[in-house]
Amino acid sequence: MIIASNVTKTFGKLKALDNVSVMCSKGQTIALIGPNGSGKTTLIKSMLGMVVPDSGFITFDEHNILHNWNYRSRIGYMPQIGRYPDNMRIGHVFEMMKDLRKNSTASTDEELITAFGLDKLMHKKMQTLSGGTRQKVSASLAFLFNPDVLILDEPTAGLDPVASEILKQKMIQEKEKGKLILITSHVLSELDDVVSEIIYMQDGQLKFHKSLEQLQEDTGQQKLAKAIAQIMK
Amino acid sequence: MMQTMIKYVVLDLIKNRIILVYTFFLLLMSVGMFSMDENTTKGIMSLMNLVLIIIPLVSIIFSTIYVYNSSEFIELLAAQPLKRKSLWLSIYSGLALSLSLAFMIGVGIPVLLFDGTLTGWVLVLSGLFQTIIFTGIALLAAVKTRDKAKGIGVAIFLWFFFTLIYDGLVLLLLFQFSDYPLEKPMIALSMLNPVDLSRILILLKLDISALMGYTGAVFSNFFGSGFGMLLSVLILFLWSAVPVWFSLKQFQRKDL
Repeated sequence: MIIASNVTKTFGKLKALDNVSVMCSKGQTIALIGPNGSGKTTLIKSMLGMVVPDSGFITFDEHNILHNWNYRSRIGYMPQIGRYPDNMRIGHVFEMMKDLRKNSTASTDEELITAFGLDKLMHKKMQTLSGGTRQKVSASLAFLFNPDVLILDEPTAGLDPVASEILKQKMIQEKEKGKLILITSHVLSELDDVVSEIIYMQDGQLKFHKSLEQLQEDTGQQKLAKAIAQIMK
Repeated sequence: MMQTMIKYVVLDLIKNRIILVYTFFLLLMSVGMFSMDENTTKGIMSLMNLVLIIIPLVSIIFSTIYVYNSSEFIELLAAQPLKRKSLWLSIYSGLALSLSLAFMIGVGIPVLLFDGTLTGWVLVLSGLFQTIIFTGIALLAAVKTRDKAKGIGVAIFLWFFFTLIYDGLVLLLLFQFSDYPLEKPMIALSMLNPVDLSRILILLKLDISALMGYTGAVFSNFFGSGFGMLLSVLILFLWSAVPVWFSLKQFQRKDL
């Protein structure tokens, strides 16, 4: 579904992505794992067209995404840090996104909004919200339009255990519908029962792309966190 | 799509505390200046100085800070099915519209109520141009510099340059070449600076250009003519469009 071919991106002297090629298909739930500054977010942003690679290209359903913007109607994105205009109320943010994407899909999926209890906070101004509540808004926005692809950058960071469990259940539910889900996360223990594939990155290079079973077999570890720890040694 | 975006940017901005304070401050100043003196010409003169200094300052600094503070939100919007072009132009339009609205309430309406002459109209139009032009310059400054503190510094410097340094340089030039006839180059130089251009247009309408001697007469001849007026307005339009256009080109290529 999303294919990156030999993507390289440098920021000044730093090589954020070094000849990365990756193939993400429908129905997969992929965890992007790697130390801080390994290029995970840059890879995600390249897929969204927010960062333009120096060389290499990315295709979405066999169409090059360069100079294309329509494909993004099929992606739901949850950024690492969600900040919204201070004077907007939660209700306005949802209304605005619906207005902006109204011709993309017919029905909206408001399950997360109710699950997080945001429907009772609709009148609250964005500037008064805690970091966790803002994360809940970001997550709800990503799932709102029933997109075929979900790209979640550190989705559970800043969420309380209850909320992150809700989000995890939602991910599993969407995965079963055959959607492609891409997650970057540091909290590996939470990914065990969600993830089907692992992409490991380091210093801008893609170290490996394996299925979870393969990784478990290779390392002899059942838990994802332990398997990764073994590799990092 | 753009209209929707602009609507939400404006809705957010008109509730912004700084915009509200700015509107109220302008209103207070204009009503104050008109009620201090029976002679509205004096009121227009004092207001002109306010308009040509405060308006560029607030427009450029507020817009720069707004763009930096919205960077995460701009990122999120860039991940939506929107063209970068409409996204950037919506932010620009929203800013320019809100600041213009503040100016119209604070200065425009009082001027048209108390004065209502052609001079008043020229003043209001100049103020609107200053708002639009300096919002555009702010966007260019903000998109060119990644660092927020540096970007705000650049914005302040640009304001300082157009309202003060530029005039200083022109004066310096004038003294250096005082033996030569400089009226024509002076016209050209003042056309390059939107603030100077507005000031000349207002002063000429106030009919006090006679006080400026021979240079004033040359200016009056040029800017008073249909051609001069047309050219001035054209240049103000260019100043409104060119910085925004450059910022747009930069934004379309920018890594967010």
